[in-house]
Amino acid sequence: MTAIYGLFDKPEAAQRAYTGLKRAGVATGDITVISAEPFEAFEFSHRDHSMILFRLALVGGIIGFVSGVLLTRGTELAWPLVTGGMPIVAWWPNLVIIFEMTMLGAIVTTVVSLLVSSKLPAFRRGLYDPAVSDGKILVGAPLTGGRTEESVREALAAGGAVTVKTAEL
Amino acid sequence: MSDYAVALTDDLLRPLIKTSWRFWTLVVLLLAVVSLGIGAFAYQVNAGIGVWGLNSPVFWAFDITNFVFWIGISHAGTLISAILRLVNAEWRRPVTRCAEVITVFALMIGAMFPIVHLGRPWLFFWLMPYPSERLIWPNFRSPLVWDFFAISTYLTGSSLFLFLPTIPDFALVRDKTTGWRNRLYSILALGWTGTTKQWHRLESAMQIMAIAIVPVAVSVHTIVSFDFSMAPVPMWHSTIFGPYFVAGAIFSGIAALIIAMAALRKFLHLEKYLHPVHFENLGKLLLMMSLLWGYFVFAERLTTWYGNGVSEMTVFWQTQRLSFAPLYWTMVTANFIVPVIILSFRKLRTIAGCVVASFGVVLGMWLERFLIIVPTLSHKYLPYSWGSYRPRTPEILLLIATFGAMVLFYVLFSKLVPIISIWEMKIGQHPQLAHESQTTDEAQTMWRTQP
Repeated sequence: MTAIYGLFDKPEAAQRAYTGLKRAGVATGDITVISAEPFEAFEFSHRDHSMILFRLALVGGIIGFVSGVLLTRGTELAWPLVTGGMPIVAWWPNLVIIFEMTMLGAIVTTVVSLLVSSKLPAFRRGLYDPAVSDGKILVGAPLTGGRTEESVREALAAGGAVTVKTAEL
Repeated sequence: MSDYAVALTDDLLRPLIKTSWRFWTLVVLLLAVVSLGIGAFAYQVNAGIGVWGLNSPVFWAFDITNFVFWIGISHAGTLISAILRLVNAEWRRPVTRCAEVITVFALMIGAMFPIVHLGRPWLFFWLMPYPSERLIWPNFRSPLVWDFFAISTYLTGSSLFLFLPTIPDFALVRDKTTGWRNRLYSILALGWTGTTKQWHRLESAMQIMAIAIVPVAVSVHTIVSFDFSMAPVPMWHSTIFGPYFVAGAIFSGIAALIIAMAALRKFLHLEKYLHPVHFENLGKLLLMMSLLWGYFVFAERLTTWYGNGVSEMTVFWQTQRLSFAPLYWTMVTANFIVPVIILSFRKLRTIAGCVVASFGVVLGMWLERFLIIVPTLSHKYLPYSWGSYRPRTPEILLLIATFGAMVLFYVLFSKLVPIISIWEMKIGQHPQLAHESQTTDEAQTMWRTQP
């Protein structure tokens, strides 16, 4: 698959190119924007906003909580030793373990969700240019869905691209 | 890329790429110090724990002091970094990674001590809940098992909290290097490119981690305090111990952070990024924690003195007037009198002033841990069981080696990873404007994101 991308000095120019590509009929999901830092103030950054990580962290926390309850209660019932006059299932001390396992569940789930949803680790790199590390912002789109190279190049150049390049993915 | 961004990248990548003979000299020296500790530990394993000064009734001393001290130091990083992230304090940007690193290494060193303290340290895995053929299973009612869970959770969380924001910086180093460095950083960068989706996910994850790690950090030192306060022992069995330990941990942690930042600033020439204002802000925080520490000590001492219980007062007077008094008053001077005097006055709250106060606090907080443990154990209830404690060479060498290990880990880390988050510093160059008419320069000055 062939993709066309432009490199931009300023986020304002990248935003113009992004808007131009949308006007040229490129679907939002097909436009790639890559930068060496996040630009939260610009529209191109907003399309991926989602609360999914927060929800998954909550699920991870619940899994950790249930695991903590099962581990402590199950152990105490399987080895019913009286310690310090406490009941066999001693909820006060168990709460410490349950709390730690709840937080561990939330933390580990967050990291796993981040990696999976960001497609990391990525063994094959998609559209990329090392110039991004020099501060350039990459805006590009694949040549699919019947769109022509000229229309994409035109939108990128109109935005103020420093260079426009072709990449084989 | 702006001139600032170019200079920033060059300055922060320089230590990774260029290595001077001074670096290797320092590493060799630190390795020698660490080797002393390893030798002392090997001797202890071979000859038995009797080579330490431990003797009935003092079965906890230097090792558990070191454990509590280093776990306390670990509260510098992740907790402070998480709080500063959550309140969106712009001045945090050059500070967070320096701080997070301290947490991970201090936790590793601290968590080692309960294992070192075991008579047979190679059986440490018996603490873990796993279905062994001997049907050994941890008793979840024991505070020592709580320690295992709390420290494991905190170490896992802190390591991930440190690692996640380094991924974009690893990608930057990958693109700027060749050869083995390029291969190494390509692996560490995990194929990060910097798509808008990746940035958004990373920032969301950091926000969740910051929310989650604060209660975990508080729980860790509370649980460490439970190792003492759950026992009906004079001067230990106190409800104040949880918050008292947490406050002490943050206090010693900030002091360690100030020392680390001052060293980085001087030796890695980071004056452009670690400004006096960062030290001033941390100095204010240290002053506040010093006052809080003084408040806790006063509350604890007054309650004990007013209650006038025989066994409690025995330990009390040991520290106030008798054999442990010199250490006690050194602790009060180092933790309270010196920092409050230095840090209360703006003229003295310089980088040098903050560093002097911080060294005092590190010393004072180690003494505090020691004075919580040993006077109590040596003067429990009935006088016939009283005893004394004097450290021996292996314990002293182990203590010295922990400081060597901490510095060694820190030096090696700053050689492999940009010690200041480059991408977060770049964001600081286009800060959030307080009002529409404000310019970026004004906002930068307001948020103090540039010199």
